[in-house]
Amino acid sequence: MNRSTLDLWVGFFVAAGIVALGFLSLKVGTMDTTTAGATYQLQAKFDNIGGLKPRAPIKSAGVVVGRVTDIRFDSKDYIAVVTMAIDSRYQFPRDTFATINTSGMLGDQYIGFEVGGDPEMFKSGDTIKKTQSAVVLEKLISQFMFNKASEGTEKK
Amino acid sequence: MSADPLVRLTDVSFAYDTRPILSGFNMQIPRGKVVAIMGISGGGKTTTLRLIGGQVKASSGEVVVAGQRVDQLDDKGLYAMRRRMGMLFQFGALFTDMSVFDNVAYQIREHTDLPESLVRDLVMLKLNAVGLAGAKDMMPSELSGGMARRAALARAIALDPMLIMYDEPFAGLDPISLAVVGHLIRTLNDALGASSIIVTHDIQESLKIVDYIYFVSDGKIVAEGTAEDIRQSDIPYVHQFVWGETDGPVAFQYPAPSYRQDILRGAARAQ
Amino acid sequence: MLNKANVFLQGLGFSLTSRMARLGFASKFFVMTLLYSGTALRRFHLVVREVYFTGVMSMIIILVSGLFVGMVLGLQLYQTLQTYGSASALGTLVALTLVRELGPVVAALLFASRAGSAITAEIGLMKATEQLSAMEMMAVNPIARVVAPRFWAGVISMPLLAAMFSAMGILGGYLIGVQHLGVDSGTFWSQMQASVDVREDIVNGVIKSFVFGIIVTWIAVFEGYDCEPTAEGVSGATTRTVVTSSLAILAADFVLTAFMFRGA
Repeated sequence: MNRSTLDLWVGFFVAAGIVALGFLSLKVGTMDTTTAGATYQLQAKFDNIGGLKPRAPIKSAGVVVGRVTDIRFDSKDYIAVVTMAIDSRYQFPRDTFATINTSGMLGDQYIGFEVGGDPEMFKSGDTIKKTQSAVVLEKLISQFMFNKASEGTEKK
Repeated sequence: MSADPLVRLTDVSFAYDTRPILSGFNMQIPRGKVVAIMGISGGGKTTTLRLIGGQVKASSGEVVVAGQRVDQLDDKGLYAMRRRMGMLFQFGALFTDMSVFDNVAYQIREHTDLPESLVRDLVMLKLNAVGLAGAKDMMPSELSGGMARRAALARAIALDPMLIMYDEPFAGLDPISLAVVGHLIRTLNDALGASSIIVTHDIQESLKIVDYIYFVSDGKIVAEGTAEDIRQSDIPYVHQFVWGETDGPVAFQYPAPSYRQDILRGAARAQ
Repeated sequence: MLNKANVFLQGLGFSLTSRMARLGFASKFFVMTLLYSGTALRRFHLVVREVYFTGVMSMIIILVSGLFVGMVLGLQLYQTLQTYGSASALGTLVALTLVRELGPVVAALLFASRAGSAITAEIGLMKATEQLSAMEMMAVNPIARVVAPRFWAGVISMPLLAAMFSAMGILGGYLIGVQHLGVDSGTFWSQMQASVDVREDIVNGVIKSFVFGIIVTWIAVFEGYDCEPTAEGVSGATTRTVVTSSLAILAADFVLTAFMFRGA
């Protein structure tokens, strides 16, 4: 085997290995910050975001319209501030209602947009005012059990 | 024998684990001569070469090459010593992943910083000497047995060694290749002013080219002398070896219980 | 009866001492390989040449196996996750399985049987045909010239191959999960990125494959260098390389996993 052909193959091999490593750290890991396509920013404040994670989808009528880009804690008001990147093709009225929903019983959480009737649309950087926090399953269950228990005592 | 031999083994003993190979072994290789070590297989001939090359160390006795105790050299000294030795292995031991040219150039490239043009000249000189200049680009797998042996010979003499060792250089060669290799061993030795040791059991070919012969049996030297001495020798072992007789001191029968008893016992067991 | 027990104990003792002696020799050989690595690293084309034979030649089997393993993972995990309505976690599970475990381990097992056995056979054959002796007699140290370049080539190739395996596997999982079974592409990647940590998972996976690379090539070069210089000796050593390194990979994987992912 010719020395330069051999070098070429080894170079190709090492390059492929580095591409694979890069793919793993950028695409599979958390180093990635880029989102494809043009987007605009919206913010929403929640009392409780439950298990919402960055890069979780934003859905309206079940269609993905954007992604969560950032979640941070507002230490002044003790609430969570969620930043979202919304696809520029979609505009939403100013009275849109953002809720944190769960896909399936134990599935992942996403933000759902319920569209209102305001003629004015959100602009980039706006904050959604009407939000509903995540439903925490444990709370729901304990509430349910408490109600049942109190029902029981009332009957007696 | 000359006063200052190139190689001197004095009272050497050697054993693999507990199996003794050589004991009380004495031998001298004078400068400029071609010396043969002969004997039946497994008699310690190859071990002698390994001792001289420092690949194994004697358990007792002295191995001296060019005034240095090989058995006491450290790795560095040993490697310096080996640069002045050439060795032809039984089946050539050419590097199978390199062409003939690269095989011969190997040692030159490893040990010197010569420019490639000079390496080429040196290699072609050696290949020419063994008549393989035309085969320089062939791979070892494409060579016939005789050509492989000659290529390996060219590799062994690449750095103009003072001592060339041959381990069974004639094994498995046709008569023509055999004569060619024999002739090369002699002429190269004289042209390089080197000394040569041939380990072989090809008695007829070696008697033609060597100056002196040692006979080894069971780790000891049983006979020595010039070609003529050996031909005339009446020592039973040497006589049997030279004339290729089937029976003699080296018995045809491997030690076994008597054939008659064996048959009787077999018959008894069958009943 | 006592005699039989005696013989049995003797045999046990002998096999233990000879194994320990071999292990000791292997360790000494390992240290010598490191000590004599100067030549190989100075004349790096020696290593590059061996990277071709160990790394490049193993690439096809690694890429194809990685793709299939990933596709199977996609199918299997989807079935199970679907039962709990959490198919959205498919990406996470495929990626974590591959990056933490299957990538380094399966790539190392494949590497042992593809490149490890070839290294053993090549060195063993060089020994059987006296090429190593010839090298020694030409004042060239075979450990520096033959063993060390192969060792380093293996150590370099293994993490790259494992990364390729994992990457291909994740692509395979993506093909099945997203393209075929209809998991949302964004969920697939976002879930994965949310749960796969670069330092915790990917770097640990690379460390694993690096350790496996050392183990496999060490065993391969040692078995080749130490083998009986006959045809049977070489074939026996080749088999031993594959068996020993496979067991060693799995054992080392357990130890490494226990240390790395204790808290997670």
